Amino acid sequence: MFIFIKTHKKYVILRIFVSKYQIIVRMKTIIVVGNGMVGYKFCEKFVAKEESKNYKVIVFGEEPRPAYDRVHLSEFFENQDAKALEMAPAEWYTENDIELIVNERVTDIHKTTKKITTAKDREFSYDYLVLATGSSAFVPPIKGVEKEGVFVYRTIEDLEGMLDYASKLKSKNANAKAAVLGGGLLGLEAGKAVMDMGLEPHIVEFAPKLMPRQLDSRSSQVLQLKLESIGLNIHLSKATNQILGDKSIVGMEFGEDDVLDVEMLIISAGIRPRDELGKTCDLEMGVRGGIVVNNKMQTSDESIYAIGEVALYNQMIYGLVAPGYDMAGVAVDQIIGEAETLMPEEIDMSTKLKLIGVDVASFGEPFMPASKGHSIIFENKTQHLYKRINVSLDGKSLLGGILVGDATDYSMLHQVYLNGMAIPEDPAQLILPASEGGAAFGDVMDLPDEAQICSCESVTKGQICAAIESGEATDIAGVVSCTKAGTGCGGCKPMLADLTNATLKSLGIEVKEGVCEHFDLNRQDLYKIIQVKEYKTFNEVLDNHGNGGHGCELCKPLIASLMASINADTANKEYAIQDSNDRFLANIQRNGTYSVVPRVPGGEITPDKLIALGEIAKKYDLYTKITGGVRIDLFGATLNQLPLIWKELIGHGFESGHAYGKSLRTVKTCVGSTWCRYGMDESVSFGIELENRYRGIRAPHKIKGGVSGCIRECAEARGKDFGLIAVEGGWNLYVGGNGGATPRHAELLAEQIDNETVIKYLDRYLMFYMRTAKPLQRTAAWQERLEGGMEYLKEVIIEDKLGIAVDLEKEMETLVNKFECEWTQAINDPEMMKRFSHFVNSEEEDDNLVFVPMRDQKMPEPWN
Amino acid sequence: MEEILETYTATELEHVKVWFKAASTKDFPVDGGACIKYKDKQIAVFNFARLDKWYACQNVCPHKMEMVLSRGMIGDDKGTPKVACPLHKKTFSLENGENLNGDLEAIATYPVKIENDFVYIGFSE
Ligand code: SRM
Ligand SMILES: Cc1cc2nc3c(=O)[nH]c(=O)nc-3n(C[C@H](O)[C@H](O)[C@H](O)COP(=O)(O)OP(=O)(O)OC[C@H]3O[C@@H](n4cnc5c(N)ncnc54)[C@H](O)[C@@H]3O)c2cc1C
Ligand code: SF4
Ligand code: FES
Repeated sequence: MFIFIKTHKKYVILRIFVSKYQIIVRMKTIIVVGNGMVGYKFCEKFVAKEESKNYKVIVFGEEPRPAYDRVHLSEFFENQDAKALEMAPAEWYTENDIELIVNERVTDIHKTTKKITTAKDREFSYDYLVLATGSSAFVPPIKGVEKEGVFVYRTIEDLEGMLDYASKLKSKNANAKAAVLGGGLLGLEAGKAVMDMGLEPHIVEFAPKLMPRQLDSRSSQVLQLKLESIGLNIHLSKATNQILGDKSIVGMEFGEDDVLDVEMLIISAGIRPRDELGKTCDLEMGVRGGIVVNNKMQTSDESIYAIGEVALYNQMIYGLVAPGYDMAGVAVDQIIGEAETLMPEEIDMSTKLKLIGVDVASFGEPFMPASKGHSIIFENKTQHLYKRINVSLDGKSLLGGILVGDATDYSMLHQVYLNGMAIPEDPAQLILPASEGGAAFGDVMDLPDEAQICSCESVTKGQICAAIESGEATDIAGVVSCTKAGTGCGGCKPMLADLTNATLKSLGIEVKEGVCEHFDLNRQDLYKIIQVKEYKTFNEVLDNHGNGGHGCELCKPLIASLMASINADTANKEYAIQDSNDRFLANIQRNGTYSVVPRVPGGEITPDKLIALGEIAKKYDLYTKITGGVRIDLFGATLNQLPLIWKELIGHGFESGHAYGKSLRTVKTCVGSTWCRYGMDESVSFGIELENRYRGIRAPHKIKGGVSGCIRECAEARGKDFGLIAVEGGWNLYVGGNGGATPRHAELLAEQIDNETVIKYLDRYLMFYMRTAKPLQRTAAWQERLEGGMEYLKEVIIEDKLGIAVDLEKEMETLVNKFECEWTQAINDPEMMKRFSHFVNSEEEDDNLVFVPMRDQKMPEPWN
Repeated sequence: MEEILETYTATELEHVKVWFKAASTKDFPVDGGACIKYKDKQIAVFNFARLDKWYACQNVCPHKMEMVLSRGMIGDDKGTPKVACPLHKKTFSLENGENLNGDLEAIATYPVKIENDFVYIGFSE
């Protein structure tokens, strides 16, 4: 067999002789003109395709170096490190069989013979030609623009020129001034660069406001105040007549007596597509330039594609990199024959300014006529803050907005806008500062790459996504083992799961909904199956619906929890499948001892009970602390001591506090009208009633409640899974709140309802949550992902749109009636008691335990 | 703390010198584990009923040196029988002790035999 490859000629021939047969594979050639961001992206997306091996790719770049990140061009001022900006090093092209020819401009296209000519007079043949020639800075025809000291801001060479010139200026005049012509997105970035070069910065804008394309007048004013406060001089409504100076610039003239003395000027007045090649070979062109393409990125010649800033799509040049990348993807797919990939009609033009120290962003439709929707505006001029969101007339979707001064919510809002996600009933919450009623809202994928997901192991979102994108990890377990995220306190696990799944999805990898390798079914399916088939043991479920294995630490506790939710079982049943804490009805501690938390409903406790707790703690030498859930935790009990301690506690009228279970924890109350001078209702009584009602019920995750006697909200009810606040005429019922890792305020479900209605709605709400949430999903996360949002929830819970309210209430009633304290159950059953000993062949306790004194109590020896 | 680990060395069937009669099979939960004491050692013993097999390993988890593995949940990882530590869910193969979801040192495993409903653990010393 022999292979014969001839490059740079009409086509590459691969001749393979296989025994007697001769197969000739004609390799097609793709020539890419322009090695900028989009041209590079084309290559990257192309080599990722299996089919790419059937093509030869040759790339021409006019610039002296391989493609670099123009978007972050300004970073060049900081370190003058061109390599750091590279999209990929030169070797990358070789490794991927791409022939990269830099420093050679393509000068002509011969459509009929399918050839191109370069500035070095070389000729190359193509089957497909991809024009990615980008654009150049638009230089307005002002008298004197050719003078020395006038620059554009587009390439690394431009920046090198500026740096050189600026340092010469400064050596002559320490207070030299420089102006930027254009107060748009790029102009402001250039203004910052001028500042960083140590020159006095001036921005000259023709329009009466800054960033005229992205900002409304008010936000523009706020931005102006902010920029002035950091030292930028701003000149609006200025038309430049001429550039003054002999050889080099000394000033700009606007009107007769209106002159600005500057010794350097950066022109940033817009871009012009580099469409010269299109003109020379007669491709269809736009009236104001740009090579016309269809939604396949094809020009008027079907073998020639145009992408990026040279392409005129929908009569528009998109001066942003993201649409360019999409175009590159479309062209790749079209060429290899995946004809169904087309450029979308609508293109997102949302932008965020990268100026350090000034947050500016606009997304969707920043300006909007009142006929299309409502605008909600939050402005604080003294803090240079302006936020505007435009909401559809029905109040359900976000149409666009502007953020100045604080754009931290940009990615989240942008995401909400892009995905048409549901917005809060009161959309103002999206932009109000938290102190004024704003609420956390959003999705993990919106977090910036540098956001720390696992603070124990300091793993960022970027690292997690990278592990998945590189193929190193293909599921959550993989992410955990290669990044170590989630191996510390584990508090980040739910976020990790969301992030992993979202990243996998973004890579087009199907995310198995199954709970683990043993079940392809999700929690909701398993719930229904167990309910309908009335399974009573783990093995029944595994053998009938599993994948043939033996279960694991993910599916066992889940199924234990489901059977408990459905059959009102306690954790004493099939204890070997219970999560480690449930198995011993206590929270395991750092050193393998346990903590004991008896229930103190509503936080109300008699002095006698307090004394009893104290005496028991003393007797067993337990470290004692008031918990964040306002009850008392006794730490350091050995496995052998647990039943002894509980026997005494139960003797004093205590019962399990289920601090170890995915079940109701506490219903925190304030003292309410019983004692408080402002109390509107008896929050303690109602809190106790609710805590006793829902105690012991197993749910997807723990549930906490709160009842406040008035809007002063001393019980922090809105931070709980369910919260009640007494108001004139009844209770306001809030649901889906959360403290913990991702705090969120509960949302209003119903207003001014009486006790009975509260219980009715809560029964329905909790049962609906228990039926449909994912494993280990708190109400907050569940509610946030609920399609249809709060509106839908109200329809289900209050209006009974699904017709399931009666069932939900009945199921809850059964659970409530079947309640049994599992500790009482355990200590009264010798068989159950057997599990509470450290050794099965000895009465001894764990001899490995070491406690050290701490303040007046003890603690386990620290881990090293 | 690490010296605890030296107390435990993986024991192959052919090196067993002592078959220690630990406890009745009924003392161990079905598809679960419990701990036994042998001299100064704590050994986790698992009744993997679904496989009709018994396993034994050190009780100390090499992650934080706590005596907890017997209280862990058992199951399988793509067919390999394993135990998950109750503290941070590190998982270990019950066959050869290997840490399946990290790079901790392998745990020591011991042979188990059942005779007349009694569980015996094999030690080399
Ligand atoms: C003991 C206590 C800390 C304290 O000393 O005060 C505590 C201790 C633990 N919390 Fe907590 N939390 C305690 C109050 C809270 C509170 C405050 C509250 O309830 O008002 C919160 C925030 C409120 C909330 O839940 O929304 C809280 C949010 C968490 C979270 C985060 C949950 C989330 O949705 O983000 C976890 C992790 C989890 O459950 O997955 C957690 C997990 C844990 C675990 C169970 C971690 C574990 O698995 O070992 C800790 C058990 C320690 C132990 O030895 O018992 N703990 N934990 C508090 C017990 C309250 C009680 O009486 O039952
Ligand atoms: C300072 C600055 C900041 C920016 N900030 C952002 C931002 O924050 N967000 C955003 O979305 N976008 C931003 N942009 C715009 C973004 O950089 C462009 O949208 C993107 O670079 C367009 O990619 P392209 O490949 O189409 O063009 P280019 O990157 O310009 O690449 C075209 C390449 O083709 C070469 N070329 C042209 N003609 C020929 C020829 N005949 N033969 C050979 N080679 C040729 C050119 O030399 C050039 O290297 C910014 C741009 C600048 C300058
Ligand atoms: S008690 Fe809660 S917050 Fe404190 S360390 Fe444990 S899990 Fe973390
Ligand atoms: S102590 Fe076992 S996993 Fe951490």
